[in-house]
Amino acid sequence: MLRRTLLTSAALAVGLAVSGAGAETVKAGFIYVGPVGDGGWTYEHDQGRLAVEEAFGDNVETVYQENVPEGADAVRAITQMALQGADIIFTTSFGYMDPTVQVASKFPNVAFEHATGYKRADNVSTYSARFYEGRAIQGHIAGKMTKTNKIGYIASFPIPEVVRGINSAYLHAKAVNPDVEFSIIWAYTWFDPAKEADAARALIENGADVILQHTDSTAPQAAAQEAGGVITFGQASDMGDYAPMPRVSSIIDNWGPYYVQQVGRVIDGTWESVDTWDGISTGMVGIGEISDAVPADLKAEALGMKDAIAAGDYHPFTGPIYRQDGSLWLAEGETASDGDLLGMSFYVQGLTGDVPN
Amino acid sequence: MDLSSINPVLLIASIMLSATPILLAAIGEMVVEKSGVLNLGVEGMMITGAVVGFAIAVNTGSPGLGFVAAAMASAVLSLSFGILTQVLLANQVATGLGLTLVGLGLSALIGTPYVGLKSPSVPKVEIPLLSDIPVLGPMLFSHDLMVYFSLFLVAAVWAVLKFTRIGLILRAVGESHDAAHALGYKVVRVRMAAIFFGGACAGLGGAYLGLARVLQWTEGMTAGAGWIALAIVVFASWRPWRVLIGAYLFGGVSVLQLNLQAADVAVPVALLSMSPYLITILVLIIISARGAHGAPASLGRIFHASG
Amino acid sequence: MIRLERRPSPSALWTAITPLIAVLLTMLVGGTMFAVLGKPPVQAIAAIFWDPIFGDFAFYYRGQLLVKAGPLILIAIGLSIGFRAGIWNIGAEGQYIMGAICGAAAGLAMYPSESVLIFPLMILCGALGGLAWAMVPAILKVRFGTNEILVSLMLVYVAETILASVSSGLLRNPEGMGFPGSRNFQQWDAAHNTELIAGTGMHWGVAASFIAVIFAYVMLSRHIQGFNIRLAGAAPRAAALAGVSWSRVILLCLGFSGALAGLAGLFEVTGPAGQISIDFNSGYGFTAIIVAFLGRLNPFGIVLAGLLMALTYVGGEIAQLNLQLPGAAIQLFQGMLLFFLLATDVFTNYRFRVGGAA
Repeated sequence: MLRRTLLTSAALAVGLAVSGAGAETVKAGFIYVGPVGDGGWTYEHDQGRLAVEEAFGDNVETVYQENVPEGADAVRAITQMALQGADIIFTTSFGYMDPTVQVASKFPNVAFEHATGYKRADNVSTYSARFYEGRAIQGHIAGKMTKTNKIGYIASFPIPEVVRGINSAYLHAKAVNPDVEFSIIWAYTWFDPAKEADAARALIENGADVILQHTDSTAPQAAAQEAGGVITFGQASDMGDYAPMPRVSSIIDNWGPYYVQQVGRVIDGTWESVDTWDGISTGMVGIGEISDAVPADLKAEALGMKDAIAAGDYHPFTGPIYRQDGSLWLAEGETASDGDLLGMSFYVQGLTGDVPN
Repeated sequence: MDLSSINPVLLIASIMLSATPILLAAIGEMVVEKSGVLNLGVEGMMITGAVVGFAIAVNTGSPGLGFVAAAMASAVLSLSFGILTQVLLANQVATGLGLTLVGLGLSALIGTPYVGLKSPSVPKVEIPLLSDIPVLGPMLFSHDLMVYFSLFLVAAVWAVLKFTRIGLILRAVGESHDAAHALGYKVVRVRMAAIFFGGACAGLGGAYLGLARVLQWTEGMTAGAGWIALAIVVFASWRPWRVLIGAYLFGGVSVLQLNLQAADVAVPVALLSMSPYLITILVLIIISARGAHGAPASLGRIFHASG
Repeated sequence: MIRLERRPSPSALWTAITPLIAVLLTMLVGGTMFAVLGKPPVQAIAAIFWDPIFGDFAFYYRGQLLVKAGPLILIAIGLSIGFRAGIWNIGAEGQYIMGAICGAAAGLAMYPSESVLIFPLMILCGALGGLAWAMVPAILKVRFGTNEILVSLMLVYVAETILASVSSGLLRNPEGMGFPGSRNFQQWDAAHNTELIAGTGMHWGVAASFIAVIFAYVMLSRHIQGFNIRLAGAAPRAAALAGVSWSRVILLCLGFSGALAGLAGLFEVTGPAGQISIDFNSGYGFTAIIVAFLGRLNPFGIVLAGLLMALTYVGGEIAQLNLQLPGAAIQLFQGMLLFFLLATDVFTNYRFRVGGAA
């Protein structure tokens, strides 16, 4: 006990954790907003953690804490990890933004990585994924596959990321099927299986035969399977248990490569604060296996779009695009700036209803 | 706005589906409260039922066994509440909250291996002849057995409370445990039985959530359904048929809200989601203003025989 | 045949040792559970009970114990006064939320002023917000005799819905890129509930909770209102005969507990939590009910109970991090502790007698 105390006080004296080359093992910490067993958002982050362990073996030690509420408890959880010698800490929910920045200011030698936020510092990176790229492919498949021309969309909260996804999916569905209509349900939750199942049923009963979801549980998949004749897409994780029907494809949050890269940079001492917004090209957004329920030619088109996006030949938001009120947003051939996308709070032309608030 | 896309037949059927878990839990809790005990641990018992029911159904392939196991597991768990409050005379509010903590923790531990699995489906039972009636048939008579069972349970609880000696004793114990004790009734035993029954019902409700409504197990899956069940009992002013109305109303508001959104009707989501609670408060005021206090007089009070 | 016999007055000896017995039993049963889960039981229990106070990083955790215990104690003190009178406010969570919302809204209306009056104004509005929310069940009870347990509980859900609505609407940070959540009070000096002594976790809310403890003690033991409240709880008929106004006791108890819960919410949102967000309330209002009972409704008992509860939270997190115990196991552990405390409490007020009637 005494020896450990001495050692840790020594570590504290030199500015807590020792980062960079020379450290024997690097300790990577992960703060999760949900349980590891949620099958969606947190599950995928934990898969990323396991990928780090896999990649570096004995050179890395990983720790995580699940179900950390956003707010005061997050400050403590992050501080705790930093105190206990973590060299890099991934905080994996938007609500951890201020706590992360706050703790980071007290631990200048620890690297922090905050998911989906916009505040950075010398030792705070941010990273997020361009899920809207995957939504474009979903929209394309959905627009072609729907027979009722009604597509149901289970949205979580009216934040830019979700609105962006709706717009992206709608534009691409509309492009291949001018008669398509979107019904959007705001569930005001990221994860409430019972409510998500009810929302899926409500959409199906209203005539939708495609369900897109921006909530994390597989409950809508199960509801669609029960109803029959409805297709869905996996969200956050592959949800492959529901393939080939109802789940015909999925958007997978694939954090592994990024986590491996950043932990690797800490190991060789080259880590620095960056702002990463990656999509299909780096594999951060994965498109899950397109099942046989999708006709072969449509599957080829979808994969073609995926390749074009990956190669940078195609941007899902390419003009002309009009806002819902009819005003021009993007002129012919113009592509959306990241700034516009990050703050997106309006529907594009053709969507009905209003973005809440 | 296109209200015509809402199909009333499907809507009613959906409401019945989503109301059944809270109906089962609420009718059980009503019996508990009728006996003068306030068990705030419904959420904990429901989620325990959900995980046990799911686990057994997956392992045996039989949803029926799942329901039985869920009822037993939650009933046994509720006995911990019973022993604490009835034998060791602990405060019911605090014990109930503790039961919720225990249930949430326990269920997550039990459930770890079952995350991501699919449940065997609960078969629908089309009642012969009745299910062939146009409109009403698919609306009311094409559900799974548990929906019918929950309705039967409401009727049974009503009949027992109203017409039988057991019901009379239960109510006597709930109204005045001292008087009931003086008459020679075993207050503690009656209450333990009520708590056990309430636990079993909550377990069934939880299992229904996992096996019929959501079709999977996830941690924290009940997401407050147990608390809604508590509200329904109050809303119903401790009457079985009103529990039924309350459960369908609560379930109805949440399902209708989603359906209206699906039909592109702009709904004030916040106002709608708080409306059942406001209505419940209103009902409470009306009951108490009329002077008829619906609540069992001994509700939540500790009973100690030798005084 | 074993039966219980009520003690003429609670046993001082048992009052002191039952919590210890409960903690030991929890360690025993909880340790077994940890062992079953394949985790080292002794280390896990040491992480929960020892590390936050004496471990390597105790300098940080000790402060965190205060941060966690402060709101619990503040709310529980208010509740305990009502519980003594037999008035069951179990809606403190709602009063806590409404206090935070009202206080925060009052402050945000002044943004970005740096006036020194802003924080006192927010404190006042926080207390009033909680008070107003508690007055609903109080007035209904006085006027119609409506059951306050149920009304206050229902109002928690209403408050939660209001919280969800304002954090993505009315109080949303206009510079927050469209995300839900208010401005961060930690970044606005005039409204920030700072640590009074840096690094100790001691903020205005903790200070307020200690003041509340002393106030409650003095009121209950020295003041006529405290006597009235205890009398109303113990012997309602005698109280009525003695001229104690039942209506006044109801309004006083619910109002006081509501105001304290509102204060706790305001201090939390301007301090440790930092902002109004959809789930800034971490269930303190419900946990405080547990704390009030664990503390046996005694002001100093509540301080100890609040600290013990905080210890299981902070220590539980340490055990999760160091031993990778699942969060659910910690939840179960807390539930067990509570059950054992409630179960052993019987020895304080009752004697076990073997044999027939004496």
